[in-house]
This record gives sequence, structure tokens and C-alpha cells, in this order.
Amino acid sequence: MTKVKERIQLFQDALSSLDKVKADKIFDEALKDDPPIVVVEQIVVPALENIGQAWQEGALALSQIYMSGRFCEEMVERVLPPSDPDRKRQPRSAIVVLNDYHMLGKRIVYSVMRASGFELFDYGRMDVEELVKRIRTDNLRVLMISVLMLPSALQIRQLREALDTAGINIKILVGGAPFLFDSELWRDVGADAMGKSASDAIQIIETWMEEMT
Amino acid sequence: MSGLPMNSMQRTLTTLGHQEPDQVPLFLLTTMHGAKELDISIEEYFSSSKNVVEGQMRLLKKYRSDCLFPLFYGAIETEAWGSGVIYRTDGPPNAGEPVIQKVEDIDSIKAPKVNESACLMRVIDTISELKSRVGDTVPIIAVAISPFTLPVLQMGFESYIQLLYEHPDRFERLMQINEDFTVEWANAQIAAGATAICYFDPISSPTNIPRELYLKTGQQVAKRTLARINGPTATHLASGRSQSILPDIADTGTAVVGVSALENLAELKASANKRLTLLGNLNGIEMRRWTAEQAEVEVKKAIAGAARGGGFLLGDNHGEIPWQVPDDVLLAIGDAVDRWGRYPLDWIDEEDDL
Repeated sequence: MTKVKERIQLFQDALSSLDKVKADKIFDEALKDDPPIVVVEQIVVPALENIGQAWQEGALALSQIYMSGRFCEEMVERVLPPSDPDRKRQPRSAIVVLNDYHMLGKRIVYSVMRASGFELFDYGRMDVEELVKRIRTDNLRVLMISVLMLPSALQIRQLREALDTAGINIKILVGGAPFLFDSELWRDVGADAMGKSASDAIQIIETWMEEMT
Repeated sequence: MSGLPMNSMQRTLTTLGHQEPDQVPLFLLTTMHGAKELDISIEEYFSSSKNVVEGQMRLLKKYRSDCLFPLFYGAIETEAWGSGVIYRTDGPPNAGEPVIQKVEDIDSIKAPKVNESACLMRVIDTISELKSRVGDTVPIIAVAISPFTLPVLQMGFESYIQLLYEHPDRFERLMQINEDFTVEWANAQIAAGATAICYFDPISSPTNIPRELYLKTGQQVAKRTLARINGPTATHLASGRSQSILPDIADTGTAVVGVSALENLAELKASANKRLTLLGNLNGIEMRRWTAEQAEVEVKKAIAGAARGGGFLLGDNHGEIPWQVPDDVLLAIGDAVDRWGRYPLDWIDEEDDL
């Protein structure tokens, strides 16, 4: 096993067992060898992706995903503050909970995105009308929507129609329980993609970044 | 099994005894659909026990379900704690502002008394009236959210995970308060005529917390709570996975477990090993766009996976049929049970031989 692969495994094990002291130590040791953005891309992102995959397969629990994301967000914040020029150049992005009162999914994705070097607006909870205004004001290119309830998922269709009417061109990435139980739902509501886990969001947005440049 | 058709109660008790009844019991857990029947809004529907009684009786007849389900909405419990509810026109109402805003609030929080809570008493009145209508012929399945899951509504999921991992003393205090409340609430529903309590406990699912943590927390809470409930219980994980903890769930003393569409029914049945009856696992989210033919295929698949030998109740995987699921799908599920759910289920072997 290469040194990087070994580090990813150790880091991932420390995160999933919620051993923050050990995770910090591995992260700090990696920083002695490489600059922060390289450590984030080579160690943190792959570990979070593996953890997300393990959740999809039922091998890890949501509480572990949440705590891992929070730990990593703190570590990355320490070495790559929001203004750091090494933070990824990316399309203007935001995350929101659409007319739903369940915030955990959004919090997890926000943490994982920031822990992976992304910067994004956190809109909290909004309804369709308010969201269209903010998207226009902030000139967003990518919107991530987290939902727990089926009715909220179905409202994404209204949002897409309102955006089309307003002539706003934006990529919509959706995630949350209803999409896990119905693999066609994201298409039905007019989204551009669906993430099964927080780490899926990173890959999807990186693909979009390439398409947009 | 005699040749005579059973009533819903007989059918259910037979399958709970891991014997084959006359046909697979259908537990269509419909709540908001009663408002459609009465042609009123969801908010108006749940404002009166009379509405819910009428709605449940109509749904029972229409969909040929084998149980009554007098759940109003999950957030009714935290409504009783003072959080209020936020209605919507196309789904169950959500809980309002969390009653626990910061962990220190746990030190002084007090549980409501059931008989002093207007919203909870509407449910009690509903159960009493349903019991007077059906007697012992149809099981009345009441709901109590587990003390271990209730904090998601009391304080929000994120704060609750932090409590679980970082504030063990306050977690224990909250569990003591919640356990007393859940026991009082469940026993009031049993006393009013509920046949069994559906113990909603999705946080215990390995989808949400690891098994090691469940064994130290949710399972201990369930063991203490279920032992004090004066009737049978069915644990529901509300779409969460269960297979890796099925023996642990059985150890809590529950009789039934609601299982996820994400898991294989035949494998779950084997894991349950006759210690638990399975309830599930039709996909309630996909159901809104099923055709009648798809509904039949899904019912057949579920029956083939878990119905032989009893120990199986056919239902959705979440514990509540979404508002968006149309009538023709729910009627098609009933038709499919009539056609494919009659024991002995010899057609399964015949199709396997093809």
C-alpha cells in the first residue's frame, strides 16, 4: 500500500470511529509532507468519499457521516480559511432546504463540501419565490437542494418552472431520502443530477466545473 | 387453518403466531387519505376526532386493509410539549420550533400530561370511538414515538447527534423524562382501545446510528420502555435499515418490525428467525407513480419473499402512505392481495419451477 493510500485508510478509520484526536494527528502529519490543498484533495476528499460510499451500502450510519464531516470541516477551516486563494475556483454555488424543516442532510453536505475545499452559500430554509430571488441576486450557477419529505422533493418541479420562466440557467443537484427510494424522482422534478451521499456532490460538481470552463 | 374466512383480528393474530392465516394481512397505513375521503383539508381533517373516525372507517372499507391506524401525525407529540405544528396542504404537518433550543433546556424540561393535552386527547377520543365501532374484529394500531427518537422533533437532528455523542448525562436525563411520557401516552392509547402500539424508532436504525451505539442507547431505552407498555408493540424504523440489528430488536420484547424497501425481505425473514413478524416493505415513495400492474408485481414480490409460514404483514416501508399515492394504486394493492395472498401460497413454488 502506498503512503497516501495508507494515510487515507487510517484517516477514514479514525473518522468513522469518531476518534478526532487521531484524525487530527494524521492530518497534521500529512501537512508536513504536502501543502494544505494537496492534503485536502489526496487524503480528506477520498476518505469522505469512501465514508459516503459505506453509508450507501449500509456499512456506516448517518451519525458517523455527520460527525466525520464536522471534524473535517474544522480541520480544513484551520489550514484553508474561506479567503484562501487555494480554495477551489468554482461556479457560484449554494445549498438550501426547500420548504422542508429537516436540516441535517443540508448540514452534512455543506460540511463535506467545505471540507473538500469548496465555498458555497448556505441559504438555510427557503420557499420557491424567495429562492428564485436569491438565485438571481447571487448570480448562482449551481444549486444544491436537500429534502427529507416527498412533498418538498416534488416542489423542486415548481422551482425549475419558475427559474425557466425567469430565464435563469442553473444546474440543480438534489439529494435526500425520497431520491434514494425512487431513482427516477430527480428527473421527474427537473433536477440535473441526484447525489446519493454528500460525497457524490463533490464528484458531480467537479464534473460540472469541467463542463462550465 | 380452517376453510372459513378470518376477520382481520384473527388473520393478524395468526400471522403474529407464525402460522398461516387465510390470507396475507394487509396493513395499509393510511392517515391523510381520510381527508381526501371527506373532501376537506388536512388541517381541518385532523382538527376533530370525528373526522378521523369517519375517515378511518371509510378507508378501512375502501382499501380492505386489516387494521385501523389512528395516527394523526408524528408532530402531534411535540405539539403536546408546546412546539406547535406547521401544516401543509400536501403532506403531514411538521413540528414547529424545537422545545429544546439549547442542551441546558434539558435540565428544566417537563413532559406534558396526556389527559391535559387537547391534541393528544383528540387521538384518545378517536381510538375510543373506533373501538366501539369495530370491537375486537379489527386491530387498532396506535403510534407512540420512541423516547429515543422523540428528541429529533424536540431539538432537531443535528443537535440530537451532538447530545448523543457529547452530553451523556443530559442524554440520560432526557431519556428518563421521555420514557415516562411515552409510557403514559402508549398506555393511554391502549386503555382507550388500541390493540397494539407502533413504537416509531427510526433513530435506532443502523441507517442512522452504528449498532454499537444502539446497543448502549436506543436498545436500552426500548427494553425499559416496552416492558412498561400494557400491550403488544411493533417497532418501526420508518424506512431505515434493520437487518444487522434484527436479533437486537427482538431482544427488546417487541413482536413486529417495520422493514425497509432497501433490504431483501427473504433475507430479513431468515434473520428474524420467527422471533419477529415483518411489516413491509412496499416502497411508498415509488408507489405514487406505480401502475396497477406494477402494484400487483410488487405485492407478489413481497408475498413471495416473506409471507410463507406467517410472520408477515404486508404494508409500506415507511409507516405512512404518502398523500400523493393515488386511489387506483391502493385499490390495486388490495386486489393483488386478494388474488395472490391466499394461503397456501402454492403459486410461489409453481412460479419458481418455471
